Amino acid sequence: MDTYSALRHFADSWGLLAMFLFFVGMILWIFRPGARRTHDDAASIPLRNDTAPVAPSAPEKPAQK
Amino acid sequence: MLNYIKLIVLGVVALFALIAANYARDVAYMVNALTIFLIAAGLFLWTLRNTDEPVPPKVRELSYMDDVVRAGVIATAFWGVVGFAVGVFIATQLAFPALNFEWAQGFANFGRLRPLHTSAVIFAFGGNALICTSFYVVQRTSATRLWGGNLAWWVFWGYQLFIVLAATGYLLGATQSKEYAEPEWYVDWLLTVVWVAYLLVFVGTIIKRKEPHIYVANWFYLSFIITVAMLHIFNNLSIPVSIWGSKSVQVFSGVQDAMTQWWYGHNAVGFFLTAGFLGMMYYFVPKQAERPVFSYKLSIVHFWALIFIYIWAGPHHLHYTALPDWASTLGMVFSIILWMPSWGGMINGLMTLSGAWDKLRTDPIMRMLVISIGFYGMSTFEGPMMSIRAVNSLSHYTDWTIGHVHSGALGWNGMITFGALYFLTPKLWNRERLYSLSLVSWHFWLATIGIVLYAASMWVTGIMEGLMWREVDANGFLVNSFADTVSAKFPMYVVRALGGLLYISGAIIMCYNLWMTVKRAPAVEAETATAHATPAE
Repeated sequence: MDTYSALRHFADSWGLLAMFLFFVGMILWIFRPGARRTHDDAASIPLRNDTAPVAPSAPEKPAQK
Repeated sequence: MLNYIKLIVLGVVALFALIAANYARDVAYMVNALTIFLIAAGLFLWTLRNTDEPVPPKVRELSYMDDVVRAGVIATAFWGVVGFAVGVFIATQLAFPALNFEWAQGFANFGRLRPLHTSAVIFAFGGNALICTSFYVVQRTSATRLWGGNLAWWVFWGYQLFIVLAATGYLLGATQSKEYAEPEWYVDWLLTVVWVAYLLVFVGTIIKRKEPHIYVANWFYLSFIITVAMLHIFNNLSIPVSIWGSKSVQVFSGVQDAMTQWWYGHNAVGFFLTAGFLGMMYYFVPKQAERPVFSYKLSIVHFWALIFIYIWAGPHHLHYTALPDWASTLGMVFSIILWMPSWGGMINGLMTLSGAWDKLRTDPIMRMLVISIGFYGMSTFEGPMMSIRAVNSLSHYTDWTIGHVHSGALGWNGMITFGALYFLTPKLWNRERLYSLSLVSWHFWLATIGIVLYAASMWVTGIMEGLMWREVDANGFLVNSFADTVSAKFPMYVVRALGGLLYISGAIIMCYNLWMTVKRAPAVEAETATAHATPAE
């Protein structure tokens, strides 16, 4: 089989399946238990550290809420 | 020590540029070589004068690197006005061909100015907006200073050099005739180097972040940087005819070349003008609304769905060509599936305002951000529809396409950039507020009416010429000649130019407003400034 056909067959079989599974896995992952707290925390990232970086000596993360 | 290496490199570059200018086989190459010589020689002198001078103390890690963002804000506003001005002029040239002046043939006729317009608005205006906002956003959301020190400045100035070389090249005839990828080989090489530095600065900053999570805006920015690098390299695989000339020959030929070009072209839209600007949306809309994004889960689904699907949509630019049917069907199907992530993202952006809708009445900047999301929704509805083969047979090659592009570019990219500039300027120059909110309202309405005139006139003329081209009489002969469609379009072309004029008027008002904000608006008082610096407990 020439390279073109080989790649094409790979793309519309295993390649497609792998990407589809990745996508489904990603959706399942974001609905995992306990994700809500992580996501709420991540969503509020833009609302802090507006004027200066976190100081190296300070605790890893500024207090939230 | 570093200065000695710099001096050697700059000296070699300047010498090589002079040799290149001497052997140049075409004017564009010679002018570009002389430009590089002047810059390299100037930098050489500047470095020489600073060598062995006492080195200023290293900047503290305890502040954000905002000077490069400030420069980016200025460059964005400047290139925006330049790009819009060229656009208004070529729109007027289409309505009144006499404006293709005889004395300026070969420099300022429509064919030479058109790539100047597209590159100026997409790469100079949009690119600078993306670079400066990404530098601003990645620092805030990573709670750390930009990585790489002055490398960020190299990204900024290298990118401006790329723009200047490309623009002067277009006017003098250096083009590889690929839409949105016109710059010739050596300009492509320069952009590749600049882009790698950009990637390093961005990823370096993310790696040393103080937040455990990488905020979603950075995912969008990062996908934009990586994908544009990939697209740029593959679509510009070309071999220079001579090292002393601008002409190069593409490695691909025929339909492969066409497919590579539109894989590039559509993903330039998908990742440059969409993913990158969605990064802006996911930061500036929550900031201006002062509340977190509507659904963080949705933003993650939005991201993965968008990047998985967009990359396949390119073949819809090549319906009814030598491209195999399966490929164009694939492009069409993926374009239609794109409705889902696009509208999911639009809903996520708009719903961020839930509970704060009153801001639309009181805050013209919020209004600007919201209408940009509205135009994002509209143009991502129109685009998939136009990618359907049957619709495409009417719309392709007509002004409808141009109208579609501009509702996306002026509405979505332009408006969200204006909103970001209005947000950034007071922050970056330490001002309490903008100089004038009523001028923002003026800008908002001028731009909105301008876009409506533009899009509506292009729908009318596009569908009209599509129908005129396919009209046949009872014997099967075409009814209209091409020139008939051109003369029928005249009134709509005038309306389009008028719409562009309104749009650039708004942008000039914005520049005045931003300038006066820096000059006149009251500074943030020192006490409040320090109060802001301490995180809320």
